[in-house]
Amino acid sequence: MLFHSILFYVFAAIMFGAALGVVFSRNPVHSVMLLVLTFFNAAVLWLMAEAEFLAIVLVLVYVGAVMVLFLFVVMMLDVNVEAAKRGLTRYAPFGIAIALLMVVELMQLIWLRSQVGDTVGGFVPNPEGYSNTKALGSVLYTEHVYAFEIAAVILLLAIIAAITLTMRKRPGLKVQNIAKQVGVRAKDRIRVVKMDAEKKS
Amino acid sequence: MNLMDFLAAAPEMTLLGLICVVMIADLFIEDERRVHTFWLSMISLAITAAVLQATSPDTRVVIFDGSYVSDSLSQVLKLGAVLFVALAFLYARDYLRANDLNKGEFYLLGLFGLLGMMIMMSANSLLTMYLGLETLSLSLYALVAFDRNNVTSAESAMKFFVLGAIASGALLYGISWIYGVTGSIQFHEIYAAISADPSLNNLPLWFGLAFLIVGIAFKFGGVPFHMWLPDVYQGARTPVTLYLASAPKLAALALTLRILVDGLGGLHETWGTMIMVVAVLSLLVGNLVAIAQTNIKRMLGYSTIGHVGFILLAIFCGTAEGNAAALFYTLTYVVAAAGAFGVIVLMSRSGYDVELLTDFNGLNARSPWFALMMMFLMFSMAGVPPFIGFFAKLNVISAVLAAGFPGLAVLMVLVTVIGAFYYLKVIWFMYFEEAEDKAVLQASTDTRLVLSLNSVAVLALGIVPGWLLALCIDVLS
Amino acid sequence: MADFFAGLVPGFVWDIWNSLPPLVQYLTVTVWKILFLTIGVILIVAFSTYFERKVIGSMQARVGPNRVGPLGLLQPFADVIKLLIKEVIVPSQSSKFLFVVAPLLSLTPALATWAVIPLNNWYVIADINAGLLYVLALTSVGVYGVILAGWATNSKYALLGAMRSAAQIVAYEIAMGFALVGVLMASGSLNLGAIVEAQSGGFSQWFLLPLLPLFVVYWISGVAETNRAPFDVAEGESEIVAGFHVEYSGVAFAVFFLAEYANMVLISTLTAIFFLGGWASPFEGWTFLNDISWLAWLTVGGLPWLFAKMCLFMYTFFWLRATFPRYRYDQIMRLGWKVFIPVTIVWIAVEGAMAWFHIGPWSGLSA
Repeated sequence: MLFHSILFYVFAAIMFGAALGVVFSRNPVHSVMLLVLTFFNAAVLWLMAEAEFLAIVLVLVYVGAVMVLFLFVVMMLDVNVEAAKRGLTRYAPFGIAIALLMVVELMQLIWLRSQVGDTVGGFVPNPEGYSNTKALGSVLYTEHVYAFEIAAVILLLAIIAAITLTMRKRPGLKVQNIAKQVGVRAKDRIRVVKMDAEKKS
Repeated sequence: MNLMDFLAAAPEMTLLGLICVVMIADLFIEDERRVHTFWLSMISLAITAAVLQATSPDTRVVIFDGSYVSDSLSQVLKLGAVLFVALAFLYARDYLRANDLNKGEFYLLGLFGLLGMMIMMSANSLLTMYLGLETLSLSLYALVAFDRNNVTSAESAMKFFVLGAIASGALLYGISWIYGVTGSIQFHEIYAAISADPSLNNLPLWFGLAFLIVGIAFKFGGVPFHMWLPDVYQGARTPVTLYLASAPKLAALALTLRILVDGLGGLHETWGTMIMVVAVLSLLVGNLVAIAQTNIKRMLGYSTIGHVGFILLAIFCGTAEGNAAALFYTLTYVVAAAGAFGVIVLMSRSGYDVELLTDFNGLNARSPWFALMMMFLMFSMAGVPPFIGFFAKLNVISAVLAAGFPGLAVLMVLVTVIGAFYYLKVIWFMYFEEAEDKAVLQASTDTRLVLSLNSVAVLALGIVPGWLLALCIDVLS
Repeated sequence: MADFFAGLVPGFVWDIWNSLPPLVQYLTVTVWKILFLTIGVILIVAFSTYFERKVIGSMQARVGPNRVGPLGLLQPFADVIKLLIKEVIVPSQSSKFLFVVAPLLSLTPALATWAVIPLNNWYVIADINAGLLYVLALTSVGVYGVILAGWATNSKYALLGAMRSAAQIVAYEIAMGFALVGVLMASGSLNLGAIVEAQSGGFSQWFLLPLLPLFVVYWISGVAETNRAPFDVAEGESEIVAGFHVEYSGVAFAVFFLAEYANMVLISTLTAIFFLGGWASPFEGWTFLNDISWLAWLTVGGLPWLFAKMCLFMYTFFWLRATFPRYRYDQIMRLGWKVFIPVTIVWIAVEGAMAWFHIGPWSGLSA
């Protein structure tokens, strides 16, 4: 168990450091990369809690797709970080106060649960052969199937909304008709004319 | 659970299936014949309404492991929502065609919004409620930004989106607190948990509750979370404002009733105070600021805030009578709002949106019938007897009195008097000012007919309000 | 596996080994497995460059490398030494740390994915339940190397290459993921070993034919994910010089090169595992072969089969490169979003319907 604890603290420390780096880095691309590192470490922590499905999906979805697009956008935008950071020190006390408040509240909630006697007594490893992918799947498709389907509808709606707002037919835009290009035959383009040789004058 | 158990959710499933049909069909409809999408959408709405009627539950049915509830309240609200969405589509049709906005996505997003509302109305867990709310909100954001070449539309959509996202975040944060304390996200289980263990009724729960109230107040448009509402009402194109001002209010009512009454009914003492503060502020700010407005859409936006104050005060009572009054008020207010925005849509022509109060100058001379209709609607909103708005206000006031708050009742009477001023101002402009533009209003026969029915309804319902009130009391008992 | 080694070493070594604590045993075995695998992959990469040049040479009626060593077989080592002794030039306006880290970021996932790949019925480093997801997750991480290289270089060509690569990989990953959903449905497991087991029983049991559309989509998406011709717009020598690695030289370039080929080997192996039965023999279950003593080995599955299948796909990579001109960028996007994704979705639906009605090889699925 000691080995496990050491690993936990190491990864937690890296995650914490990376998370701080996200906020304090002067370069947005570095921030994004540090965020990727944070996600990775979070995934490792989940893995240690035997939530392998969530851990891998975190990497797959957030690191593999969302952050790539994020990076894409950040690289395209020429963000003036210095200007954006200027307000940081001014608002820092306020932000810290809110963060402390949230910590206190969470502590209180944890304390409350411990009072009720509903605490989780240590980490109980899953039995051999337990697959939490399967477990999650069976819950998602039975108990939470309604919410799951609504989430799918929201994604469909998001696609439609995004297309509504961005797709426009620009007048004068020249596009190829690929079917037409492929369907073209030599006789549509070239006319072979037979004619007699002309006499040299 | 066998397949027949899902039957209670048939309206939502039908609507989703029909949305997909409309979506695919719209791909193949050319711009000139976009009206086909409109008719397809209307047919979809009619089928949904028919399915709703056919699956009308005799008793409260809970399915999907407690995520979905079908009862008489959801039934009434859903039918109302379908009706008002149909009205919004009908009023919007000619406007969209005239203003080069004739895209099928308007109807599609409108239908998705309706689906979101129906999900909210049938939600039996905080998760479902939240997902329904997001479905609705996402459609509304896109609808407000629908005219993307219009700067004010884009600005108001941005404002709506950012503030809406924050409000959703607050709601979600509150939900997680409630879940953390009570250990459930299903309303009846939360209710049971709180009544079983009074020690749960403590600071962390109130903390979560406060966030829920913030979310609810935002979605309803209650002061001090109302900032988005006038801007969005003004910035969105008028048919969108019409959509926004009608059916979603029913969904917001469902959100409030389900969460606060079904789920957290045991905490009435705590949330009552918060709701009361929001309600009183809404009454004052909405009605006072509306006086100063010169833009009719903005004015109606502020008046909405005032009406929300009434609805929230009715819920504040915490009695069955109060809840029935809230339902009655919302239904009747939405009828009047749909009609009023319908008239504004009708008065707008190609390339010219009716925005200012002065645009109503001399409407009587131009189209006496529509001026009369608008007068009905304004009278109803102001609460003049015998229009339906009067009875709605009367119900709320009597519910508040019955709950023992005479001071609030007096306040409501006062703001009603203040509110009458700006509603009457519209009537003054219509009847006693000279019009610059003498053109008669143009409208297709079906729009004309439905708008007239809509406006006459506020009078007719006012003359025989009994059955609707009885229905509301029956639904919430 | 233990029996296999027990015969090889003297008894006292075996006794010492057995006296070690299990954690140490486990770590030692794993480290050796990793070492062998890594060296194997790197050797395959080295010789696949030779293989590539020979294949393309023969297709273009040339000889290909034949000077260094017998038949030119030492050519890869000559190339490696050349790259190692070249100077690494870091552009002065670049983001230096990321510039150096980027090649490593693209190599690491390519090698780390091998952890879950079963080479035969016992050689797998980490036999985890969610192996297929792990593969998907790590292959999607590989794009960071390309993007960061493009950005850190501070050159417009590099950035263009990076952007193209990012959009391309995100587009094709979806089709790849959906294709794997089909495999997952057919095998009923996320574990790669179990996926191979599900295809045991000769090539009629392979997923190749029942999942033919998914196989095609997966393979082509794999080619696109590795940025190989005809999807090599991220490099696009004729348009954007060399794309994301335009400023890389020496070892840094060698690492990119290694990563690209390691990814090719990986995709070839994965395709073999998902659709061609992995290490299983195509003649499994042909009992009459067992009676012919000199053909009996054909029915036994193992690493050679996997290697042969991988080589087949590597050959296809080179074949594609020698045959097709580069896709235009918008055509790549169209192919990914408008062709592959719908095809995979439709085939998943077809597969679901077939499983439901007990048609085809998945009759046991719906249970």
